[in-house]
Amino acid sequence: MIPAAFEYARPTSVDEALQAIAEGGDDVKVLAGGQSLIPVMRLRLAAPETVVDLSRVAELRGVRDDGDALVIGAMTTHHDVMTDPLVQQYAPLIAEATETVADRQVRARGTFGGALVHADPAGDLPAVALALDAEFVIAGPEGRRTVPAAEFFVDYLTTALEEGELLVEIRVPKLAGEWGMRYEKFNRVAQAWSIVAVAAVVRRENGHIAEARIGLTNMGTTPLRASAVEAALAGAEASPETIAAAARSAAEGTSPTSDLNAQADYREHLVQVLTRRAVTAAAGL
Amino acid sequence: MTQINVRVDGVTYTDDVEPRTLLVHYLREQLGKVGTVIGCDTSNCGACTVHLDGAAVKSCTVLAVQADGGEVTTIEGLAPNGGLHPMQKAFHEMHGLQCGYCTPGMIMASVDLLKENPDPSDSEVREGIEGNLCRCTGYQNIVRAVQQAAGEMRTAGNGHTSPAEVDTAAAPHVAAQQ
Ligand SMILES: Cc1cc2nc3c(=O)[nH]c(=O)nc-3n(C[C@H](O)[C@H](O)[C@H](O)COP(=O)(O)OP(=O)(O)OC[C@H]3O[C@@H](n4cnc5c(N)ncnc54)[C@H](O)[C@@H]3O)c2cc1C
Ligand code: FES
Ligand code: FES
Repeated sequence: MIPAAFEYARPTSVDEALQAIAEGGDDVKVLAGGQSLIPVMRLRLAAPETVVDLSRVAELRGVRDDGDALVIGAMTTHHDVMTDPLVQQYAPLIAEATETVADRQVRARGTFGGALVHADPAGDLPAVALALDAEFVIAGPEGRRTVPAAEFFVDYLTTALEEGELLVEIRVPKLAGEWGMRYEKFNRVAQAWSIVAVAAVVRRENGHIAEARIGLTNMGTTPLRASAVEAALAGAEASPETIAAAARSAAEGTSPTSDLNAQADYREHLVQVLTRRAVTAAAGL
Repeated sequence: MTQINVRVDGVTYTDDVEPRTLLVHYLREQLGKVGTVIGCDTSNCGACTVHLDGAAVKSCTVLAVQADGGEVTTIEGLAPNGGLHPMQKAFHEMHGLQCGYCTPGMIMASVDLLKENPDPSDSEVREGIEGNLCRCTGYQNIVRAVQQAAGEMRTAGNGHTSPAEVDTAAAPHVAAQQ
């Protein structure tokens, strides 16, 4: 099928984009890589009055070093994120998770910001942003504001972005000390979305786990942190036994759905296995 | 209608399109480039894969207006003057197709993969074409074909990427300039 007719705007700056959104009528959609939006428009699940295409807004693309943080422009493609030397150096978890997203054609167009704003519960990057305590820089008619990852993902396909606003960039704090990271994704066929996935970020100190941050993909309507596991691991000895014991509480506080891919109780089991694997690898064991 | 300028298989076209026109429909219906096919409605199958500004993309998931100012290569422009690109030749020789529906997309994705990784392992080939579905072959001979082409292209030193001379008779309404 082809999308319903729409008005098309192609701004070249953030200010122009905000203006195009403001003038676009009741139902305006921002077009990033289009890898989620165009399919839903083809199926006529979305039929916006105006589409504001961000692909010519150069200031939204690229990765830069901002001292204590890595800053990733919202329009940086999955391909460019995963091959970026700064991302590989400071946030290899993002590169590792991005490599598992879709396929090379989708990664050539789909963007980091688009995947985060789309906020699909099975999307791989929201849980990663949550585990890394990333911050979201949002531009709107009233200026800019910054929202922490813990407040950005509000509900199923819903973020803290208000109407008329744009995601501009994502700030990923650089981590001090000895950190290990791992993304463990489970799906049955190539190119498929995660049935469950776990993003683990672990700081080691003298054979112990000083701090663990664990993000869960597809264990609820939003990405979640496995707080019980994080608490059990803080200060614990970095051994396979302690990690396995802590991982048993990975499903605590989650509310996974049952769908064609898996039942909820299967997901609750899977998240424990994947948490053990991800933390073990991130702890360097 | 929005005017676009786009170079497709070495020929520059200036055309009016509706913003909602998908690149694949523009290629097939306005330019007559029916070598690029449509296999799904969900961006999954990869049959529609073309190169846009040097990267493989699913042309059913790009708007024609987004290709404005860009350069597109389709399966029809992969090799000059009716010849075969080493990848096309390898699919033929290694029996990398049965019905052939997935083949244009498979070939375009595989050529893109080899640009980034000229000497892939079998599992890297499989991952490289994970965005392309084949309902016939079971993929074994596709992987063999990609490996054969990779070997040939490594020996030849570089890929045959020069755009073809294209007969625009199929799209007589289009003003084509070289
Ligand atoms: C076959 C296939 C398989 C896939 N598999 C996976 C997978 O395994 N894992 C995974 O995580 N993802 C997967 N995806 C989704 C992919 O990651 C998309 O790239 C992503 O979801 C959307 O990014 P986009 O840039 O294409 O955004 P678009 O489709 O352009 O936009 C998505 C939504 O976000 C909004 N938006 C985008 N950018 C902004 C911005 N800067 N400010 C405000 N709003 C914005 C749009 O209005 C729209 O509502 C898959 C997609 C396909 C087609
Ligand atoms: S037709 Fe484009 S992915 Fe199936
Ligand atoms: S040869 Fe028939 S779909 Fe691949």
